[in-house]
Amino acid sequence: MTTASPAQQGPTPLASSSSIQQQRLPQQPPQQHAGLRTPSNRKTIYDRNLNRTRTAELSRASFAYLFGEMVGYAQKRVTGIQDLERRLNEAGYPLGQRLLPLLLLRSSTPTHPAPRPIRILPLLQFIAHTLWRHLFARSADSIESSSTNNHEYMISDNEPLVNQYISVPKEMSQLNCAAYVAGIIEGVCCGVGCKAGVSAHNAGEQGGLWPGKTVFLIRFDEDVVKREGTK
Amino acid sequence: MQQVVYSLIIINKAGGLVYNRDFNNALNKVSVNDLLVLAGTFHGVHAITKSLTPSSLGIPSYQRTGIEVLESSHFRLTCFPTFTGTKFLLFTEPHQPNVDVIIRKVYELYADYVTKNPFYQLEMPIRCEAFDRHLMTYMRAR
Repeated sequence: MTTASPAQQGPTPLASSSSIQQQRLPQQPPQQHAGLRTPSNRKTIYDRNLNRTRTAELSRASFAYLFGEMVGYAQKRVTGIQDLERRLNEAGYPLGQRLLPLLLLRSSTPTHPAPRPIRILPLLQFIAHTLWRHLFARSADSIESSSTNNHEYMISDNEPLVNQYISVPKEMSQLNCAAYVAGIIEGVCCGVGCKAGVSAHNAGEQGGLWPGKTVFLIRFDEDVVKREGTK
Repeated sequence: MQQVVYSLIIINKAGGLVYNRDFNNALNKVSVNDLLVLAGTFHGVHAITKSLTPSSLGIPSYQRTGIEVLESSHFRLTCFPTFTGTKFLLFTEPHQPNVDVIIRKVYELYADYVTKNPFYQLEMPIRCEAFDRHLMTYMRAR
């Protein structure tokens, strides 16, 4: 009798769990058929921030640890400073390519779609203001054009967020970890069709007001400048 | 009455000196060797005092703390041990109030500019320019 009852109890839990599963299954297909949810205000998931509320914040410390680990990871696999900067640049490139259509979509309304910037100056303004504000909650500090070379433009940032907690040792003083941000800029430029090479350079004086000032040098290709017309 | 912090020493898990900074130029210069000996000695004394806690108090061994404050008529030494074994030693005037506020700020600066620096190896001497800069700014501004 004692052996009979467990045997009777044995199959029944399985049967109930399968019935629960069977109860769950019919619920799934209707949600799949509903497609992309469009609530009454016609905003899709692409219009919303990843964090639902506007005031939701990400932890700067988490990003700092993640970025520090990225730099450390790259450092173990490279031969020199140029290679390290190239790796960081390549890490930021897909980010720029993905941010470009997202930011354009978010800044456009059904009546006024935001056009993709195709000329150099609107592109630089898009990067320095829209992109910077999306990433760092502030605008870049200045846009300059090089007087010697009409291919080159410079966007400067007095204190890049990615460099805030990083102190580069003296023997690697040429390194600027904002090469990651340079990669993001390069992704955006190539995404609009104005191919460019972007690099980050230290412009801060020791003991000055902004010791971490970084200048992003944007070197556009020949054809882009030719397309732009004569300066 | 001058509220003065004299110097800061950071000791790693093994008892080695990883950081040393004087904030007052009137102090006698101590040689690096003496500082290393000081750090190692304090590390040993701290460990000894930890095991001197009377067992009759019923405190489990992982909650016992070692020496926290060492005071003389000329200075006060406050020790802040972290959960990872790093010790922050702050030398101040004997009547300095708010020492724990200062130490907490120093710990915050350490957590920011040393641990988030990818070029810093743990338990190695601290050579982070941003840490030095922010520490001096904080000490000068108080």
